[in-house]
Amino acid sequence: MKKDIILCGVGGQGILSIATIIGEAATKAGLYLKQAEVHGMSQRGGDVQSNLRLSIEPIWSDLIAEAGAELIISMEPMEAMRYLAYLSKDGKIVTSSKPFVNIPNYPDEEALQKELDTLPSIKLDIETVAKDCGNPRGANMVLLGMAAPAIGILSVESLREAISTVFARKGEQVVEANLKAFDAGVKAGM
Amino acid sequence: MKKLLLGDEAVALGAINAGLSGVYAYPGTPSTEITEYIQNHPLAKERGVHSRWCTNEKTAMEAALGMSYAGKRALVCMKHVGMNVCADAFVNSAITGVKGGLIVLAADDPSMHSSQNEQDSRFYAKFALVPCLEPSNQQEAYDMMAYGFELSEKLGEPIVLRVVTRLAHSRAAVEVTEPKEEKLLSPATDQWVLLPGIARKKYVALLEKQDAMKLASAESPYNKVETSTKKTGILACGIAYNYVKEAFGNDANLVKISQYPLPEEKIKTLAAKCDDLLVIEDGQPVVEELVTGLLGAGYPVRGRLTGDLPRTGELTPDNVAKALGKEAGAVFVPAKNMAARPPQLCQGCGHRDVYAALNAVLADYPEHRVFGDIGCYTLGALPPFQSLSSCVDMGASITMAKGAADAGLFPSVAVIGDSTFTHSGMTGLLDAVNDKSNITVIISDNLTTGMTGGQDSAGTNKYEAICLGLGVEPEHVRVVVPLPKNMPEITRVIREEIEYKGVSVIIPRRECIQTFARHAKERKAEKK
Repeated sequence: MKKDIILCGVGGQGILSIATIIGEAATKAGLYLKQAEVHGMSQRGGDVQSNLRLSIEPIWSDLIAEAGAELIISMEPMEAMRYLAYLSKDGKIVTSSKPFVNIPNYPDEEALQKELDTLPSIKLDIETVAKDCGNPRGANMVLLGMAAPAIGILSVESLREAISTVFARKGEQVVEANLKAFDAGVKAGM
Repeated sequence: MKKLLLGDEAVALGAINAGLSGVYAYPGTPSTEITEYIQNHPLAKERGVHSRWCTNEKTAMEAALGMSYAGKRALVCMKHVGMNVCADAFVNSAITGVKGGLIVLAADDPSMHSSQNEQDSRFYAKFALVPCLEPSNQQEAYDMMAYGFELSEKLGEPIVLRVVTRLAHSRAAVEVTEPKEEKLLSPATDQWVLLPGIARKKYVALLEKQDAMKLASAESPYNKVETSTKKTGILACGIAYNYVKEAFGNDANLVKISQYPLPEEKIKTLAAKCDDLLVIEDGQPVVEELVTGLLGAGYPVRGRLTGDLPRTGELTPDNVAKALGKEAGAVFVPAKNMAARPPQLCQGCGHRDVYAALNAVLADYPEHRVFGDIGCYTLGALPPFQSLSSCVDMGASITMAKGAADAGLFPSVAVIGDSTFTHSGMTGLLDAVNDKSNITVIISDNLTTGMTGGQDSAGTNKYEAICLGLGVEPEHVRVVVPLPKNMPEITRVIREEIEYKGVSVIIPRRECIQTFARHAKERKAEKK
């Protein structure tokens, strides 16, 4: 059993926190894991992605092959579609529905949403959900919650535990706020 | 114990646990995290392992060689182009030889994710006639530090350790060993004076060590043979091995190459039982060329030069699978509603105000050129500013502006960051001062090395003093604060200095907003 996940978004949206939490859960569960990320110049307002590979067997490549990813988890709808070549036949996209427009030639929003609807995807205004549960900076946790049932190789509960572990040093309040956002995401994703 | 580590962190921890006494480095993607990890590691702090950033890769290489001379283990880290900066010291360190183990880590960036070229550091190892280690995964990156230091001490030569972006910036679990003690102070007793008479003898001694280096490669645990009934033999270098394993599992006839000089006998044996060889290597076709020479022109060797793999760009599971005849290919067609999202200067960044002011003034000088340099501010070449005409190497803004001014170009303007200026801009400024070149130099000072994530900048608080010391006239060293509200003043200062016929330096100074936010957060945490 394996799960290849592409995490993507725009630099600064918090995809690496999602990667850290899944990594923590996977390590605790004794899974093999490889996680490739791009640092440096591409962080600044540009597209960013991370290849996250989880498996019960040893993993060779740090990168996911084309048509290899069972899951694309994206903080931004256009970014979700940037990596379609990597989505497997039965793969799924879990994405924020809200465009992040920082370029002059961002595509027509309606057409973009329509195209996304033709793909095996679920989308949600994660920022609004995060605000509604009192944690406006927790949109990435809402997204992780939405994606949690689809991750499969890790239980939803193990991801909750990982959130507690990763945010423990920031205090109980932060842990609770992030768990609340995560739970809201799980509920919305079902 | 297992730890989840980036390739860079595996190198760092491997070095600490191998008894490292000092890391010397200038930040550069994808190598930066090595030094940062050592700076923050409890044992390295407790031991007082040197880890402060250096001014450039040459000073780093020389300091590391000095530590090695004193008998202790040292690590030099840089991105691949840093090898060009330290090449003089590096190549000559092979002639002097080393005392304490010395590892020169070069992080190559095939596909140029964050670089100007995709030069392959294995060439440098061959050029200097020293061994090169090329880990295929995070565990090897860790293990090769202790192995490399021992090899370095045994041979009395520096060892190049080459990683690529995809290993440097990928995480995996690493089995970690107990830390070893540092080496004791025991300075070299032989002469390291490379006067011609001594250098000639030392060069012969280096050549005489080549057989020992070849033997080390032949016996290396990192150069493995795997066999199958397949008719094509594969030479899988570094991380290429992973992509081959991904495609073929255990059914491959291959030599995994992770230590150079090449394990020639293993390669000849593989060639003898196969019909042809496919060389899979990240970066430039170094091994492909060498093996063609080794096996003779009649033996079919395929790789990047023959088009079986792309000539440029990094290896991927896809282009390797294709070369192995196992391409899967995409299922979904590319999205129609798609646009490129290039990186850009942060909102509120001081560099933005510098370019806004510069563009406003230079609109009145249609013949102007602005020579850029390497840092976040290189993004001033892209929309909306499109201010720059060049970006070549660290420090080239000043010297290119000088050369263009010598040719009669006016206005000739250089834009360089604070950290890049101390890295390689100061000597060029001295040339310009001595020549009274008609240039305007803008040192856009954000008090940090921004592009690599906000490391300390060597010259912070010293820029005016440096410029005055180099001989720039005091009335032509101008400091401004790059904020939109100061636009009238900044544009006036730029205009005045362009009109001055000589060297002038303008220093727009405002902290990087990323480090500013981080520092504000830290201050808040301290108050609590």
